Amino acid sequence: MSSAGKSPWLLHYNASSCNGCDIEILAALTPLYDVERFGIINTGNPAHADIFVVTGSVNEQNKEVLKNLYDQIPEPKVVLAVGICASSGGVFRDCYNVSGGVDTIIPVDVYVPGCSVRPEALIEGVVKALGVLEEKRAAVDNGGLR
Amino acid sequence: MTGKRTVVPFGPQHPVLPEPIHLDLVIEDEHVVEAIPSIGYVHRGLESLVDRREYSDFVYLAERICGICSFTHSSTFCQGVEGLMGIEVPARATYLRTMWGEYSRLHSHLLWLGLFADALGFESLFYNAWKIRESILNELEATTGGRVIQGVCKVGGVRRDVTNEFLSGMDKRLDDIEAEMQEMSKVFLSDYTLKKRLVGKGVLKTDAAYNLGAVGPVARASGLVEDVRTSGYLAYGDISFKPVTADGCDGYARCEVRCKELFQSVDIIHQIIAGMPEGDVSVPVKGNPDGEFFSRSEQPRGEVIHYLRGNGTKNLTQFRVRTPTLTNVPSLVAMLAGAELADVPQIVLTIDPCIGCMER
Repeated sequence: MSSAGKSPWLLHYNASSCNGCDIEILAALTPLYDVERFGIINTGNPAHADIFVVTGSVNEQNKEVLKNLYDQIPEPKVVLAVGICASSGGVFRDCYNVSGGVDTIIPVDVYVPGCSVRPEALIEGVVKALGVLEEKRAAVDNGGLR
Repeated sequence: MTGKRTVVPFGPQHPVLPEPIHLDLVIEDEHVVEAIPSIGYVHRGLESLVDRREYSDFVYLAERICGICSFTHSSTFCQGVEGLMGIEVPARATYLRTMWGEYSRLHSHLLWLGLFADALGFESLFYNAWKIRESILNELEATTGGRVIQGVCKVGGVRRDVTNEFLSGMDKRLDDIEAEMQEMSKVFLSDYTLKKRLVGKGVLKTDAAYNLGAVGPVARASGLVEDVRTSGYLAYGDISFKPVTADGCDGYARCEVRCKELFQSVDIIHQIIAGMPEGDVSVPVKGNPDGEFFSRSEQPRGEVIHYLRGNGTKNLTQFRVRTPTLTNVPSLVAMLAGAELADVPQIVLTIDPCIGCMER
């Protein structure tokens, strides 16, 4: 595993989440869980990110934003759908302005369940994402993209 | 000499914003002339689900209007249904709801203070605020079972009781939390850099705040005594407290109000624990809601109103929420006019925007 693979940077986007998962993502970065000690940083810039963390279900207005952010993240990249809303639409799936999980717009590699997710679950999701990232990086190194 | 006008887009994805909101900033030189908000990135339309979910199940959805004010939304909704059906909630349940409501305020204010410090580039203060917040979340988790979504309110009372031994333990632990908060708020209120970035920034004069209908800490920091808790809903009628106000009308005043409200909440929780009545925590509920009702509560961000209308069936016919953040957006637009471009991120944060609530 290359050194960069051990310290992925995250880009977080809230695609119509209720906030519950978003604050747990931040809680995972702060002293009690402290994933920053592993070099995991929450960045605001898609061009710096390796892992795209998306919370919440998708609606008409934000799906372009989501796609745009996804396209700006350099390869290899991993998408993490955090929370039940991001995975399937969750309790809001019947709402008129919800078109479903994140995987209806962009490919998702790891699903993290929970409403809201616990920081422990999120950390496990990121660890899984690291494995996926490594596979993708190996594929890129071998000449074939994706 | 004035320069050409330029429009700078702010958001929806921005490092200081955990949630998406978009502002078109019309700037002239370095000054914002006008800010035009556009919303809808988080809109789900959950109010429309009342006709497909029974009123007793809808508490689950009401709680998920927002993950930060989750408890207050569920208790406000339950309060609404109880008002509609004339249900008398046991005193112990109202006291417990008040206590959890105040713990939610503590966690919300600490969350905001942390995010705010982070936006100003003060990482260690951000970490400090969130470290204290974890001890508040521990209390919430130990008593309700959930960290941010508690799921403890139901129509007719609450699902869980807390033993008196545990309550007195909480009472003691609060003293340690309070001491830590004292240390932290000293930095927020006296640090040179923070003052430099906040005093005189994002000014909202008292009459402007009144005319624009500001609520919560935004109104109180402009000198308005606006606090729904004074109406004495839940157990607030038995509690002695005075709304915290400041007259600075700027970003510093809003920070000051939130810092002082931390200690007010601690004081309220002490009073609640001391006066906790004995008895059941819920009553059985029969029948269906009929008629209409306005339910009001003071959330960490200000007044929230739930409007409910039923027609005697299991489903409500209409449900409408007015959240504090939406009410504060006109005030935000007024604060931004004339501000420097570099101050925009922290001015936006001073209203404590909660977009999940705002757009539902």
